[in-house]
Amino acid sequence: MNIHEYQAKEILRALGVPIPAGEVATTADEAEAIARRIGSQVVVKAQVHAGGRGKAGGVKLAKTPEEAREKAAAILGMQIKGLVVQKVLVTAASDIASEAYVGIILDRATRKPVFMVSPAGGIDIEEVAATTPEKILKLPIDTRYGLQPYQAMRLGFFLYDDLAKARAASKIMGQLYTAFMQSGCSLAEINPLIVDTAGNVVALDAKMGIDDNELDRRPAIAALRDETAEEPSEVAARNANLTFIKLDGNVGCCVNGAGLAMATMDLVKYYGGDPANFLDIGGSSNPEKVVNALRIITSDPNVKCILFNIFGGITRTDDVANGIVTATRQNPLKVPIVIRLTGTNEEIAMKILSENGFAASSDMDEAVQKAVALATGGKAA
Amino acid sequence: MSIFIDKSTRLIVQGITGRDGSFHAKQMMEYGTQVVGGVTPGKGGQMFEGTVPIFNTVAAAVAATGANTSVIYVPPMFAADAIMEAADAGVQLIVAITEGVPVLDMTRVHPFVKERGVRLIGPNCPGLITPGAAKVGIIPGRICTPGPVGVVSRSGTLTYEVVYQLTRAGIGQTTCVGIGGDPINGTNFIDCLAAFEADPATKAVCMMGEIGGTDEQEAAEFVRTRMTKPVVGFIAGQTAPPGRRMGHAGAIISGSSGTAAEKLAAFEAAGMGVAKRPLDFVELIRARLR
Repeated sequence: MNIHEYQAKEILRALGVPIPAGEVATTADEAEAIARRIGSQVVVKAQVHAGGRGKAGGVKLAKTPEEAREKAAAILGMQIKGLVVQKVLVTAASDIASEAYVGIILDRATRKPVFMVSPAGGIDIEEVAATTPEKILKLPIDTRYGLQPYQAMRLGFFLYDDLAKARAASKIMGQLYTAFMQSGCSLAEINPLIVDTAGNVVALDAKMGIDDNELDRRPAIAALRDETAEEPSEVAARNANLTFIKLDGNVGCCVNGAGLAMATMDLVKYYGGDPANFLDIGGSSNPEKVVNALRIITSDPNVKCILFNIFGGITRTDDVANGIVTATRQNPLKVPIVIRLTGTNEEIAMKILSENGFAASSDMDEAVQKAVALATGGKAA
Repeated sequence: MSIFIDKSTRLIVQGITGRDGSFHAKQMMEYGTQVVGGVTPGKGGQMFEGTVPIFNTVAAAVAATGANTSVIYVPPMFAADAIMEAADAGVQLIVAITEGVPVLDMTRVHPFVKERGVRLIGPNCPGLITPGAAKVGIIPGRICTPGPVGVVSRSGTLTYEVVYQLTRAGIGQTTCVGIGGDPINGTNFIDCLAAFEADPATKAVCMMGEIGGTDEQEAAEFVRTRMTKPVVGFIAGQTAPPGRRMGHAGAIISGSSGTAAEKLAAFEAAGMGVAKRPLDFVELIRARLR
């Protein structure tokens, strides 16, 4: 789960990280009022779950409250990478002397959270890593002991030669690590961490990604989810306990298991088609899950054919068959459906389907080829 | 022969009275696995299915039964503790089926089990099966048949698909291992490849990877430098968009790293067979068994 910049900043500010004053606004009026309260130049920043906001015109400087209103009016409602901006952060502008990058990622190679810091901040850290790796310090942290003071100082001195600044930075490292652990993060970033013209070390932007597996035990973090900032079909799928990712093709896929779901999308492509989505109905699939899955797939107008690929292990294929029958009774399908079922209770499933007028196959390649042919035919017509 | 489990495996089931634990305990017993005990705190002294003693703690179960392997079906928030309990109780192999374990928990669990010299498979995995001998986990027994091919995979149902295709074509398996789709897991591809290389009964290996991380690239390097047996690889997620988590927590392409293309290129560079689709395993493996 991603949270917005303003939410990440609230978490960090509560832990003592120096962050310029700012508040979130959903209207231009609110933005103007916030700028007036701040009483200096402000930056108006789009709050969307997408990178490259600045390049897309979603971050603007405003010298007066009136200008803050104009900028907010322009940014609110604009689209950045397909996402509509619903909120802006209005925050005091800073005079920047230097910019650094500070981040923690949960790294699979070392199996630890790893600090990545670089004095070359404010830009794409992956580019720094590719072109000038010597400008990045990577430091894995053993979570059984936590970040030690000497490690925090080492990170601070990598950014600044000056003792006062290195100390200030090392304190921020500790606060960021605390935020990372307390919020159940997979990623936490301050980019840029700046030194302003008065010599203060300040966090100007913040980003946090939360491990979805943490949300059950962290209700306060789970409550930060902003469903208005996500693709509606993905929100509906999550609420139905399905894993769904919308894509651009026209073969709607419904599969059990993430690996098989990916392999099914790949096979659609292999036979010349284009998958409309990734959808994993999970292990123990009751008929209701299938009903929800079909509703979500058919709500995409691009879908020209629906493909079921079910390998029953824990999943009972008769449950899936019953779900297909129930769903199509409630909402008759407007596009063709191709069903592949094999595994647990396959005979019962096949019987249920044939009694209700559905053809089904037990062969994955055969089913995918048929689905691609139907989807392509639909496009031509 | 086989890797990790066989007829001598003495298994305890953590969470044996839960919905998933009880169902799969019965399945494993029906398959012929020696299920010697179960653990559910508060139900110590009771019997499961009239034949399997239940204990309050793993330590008590191990002391009473001489178990050497544990399989875990407890809810995700308790899984880290269950794994550490099993490691401390002295079993040699822990198989964690539980899906949804917080990754930060695994940053503590991984060194804990490593320091005790215990092998952990999973979490978020289907477990493993040695056809005709034992199964630990949830892989359906009837899709497998004994034979010369080792199978290792990051996925559950995709493993079933490939094993099913192999069995239908008359190609049996030594052991099938699902290592799980999480970013931090106990046993990786290289661990399994090394075990298959050392197992005299295994003549060829199927390896199913997916997008995310660099485990497959490192495995390919291991195949190139350390293995004499042929390996055929597949990568799921060739059509996955960057930056999105494809169901499995570990299946995400970040930046230019973790793509299917770079993994497939590593396979080819290592001289491995490359399956473009699951069905291709059958012919590629058949050719390498001749």
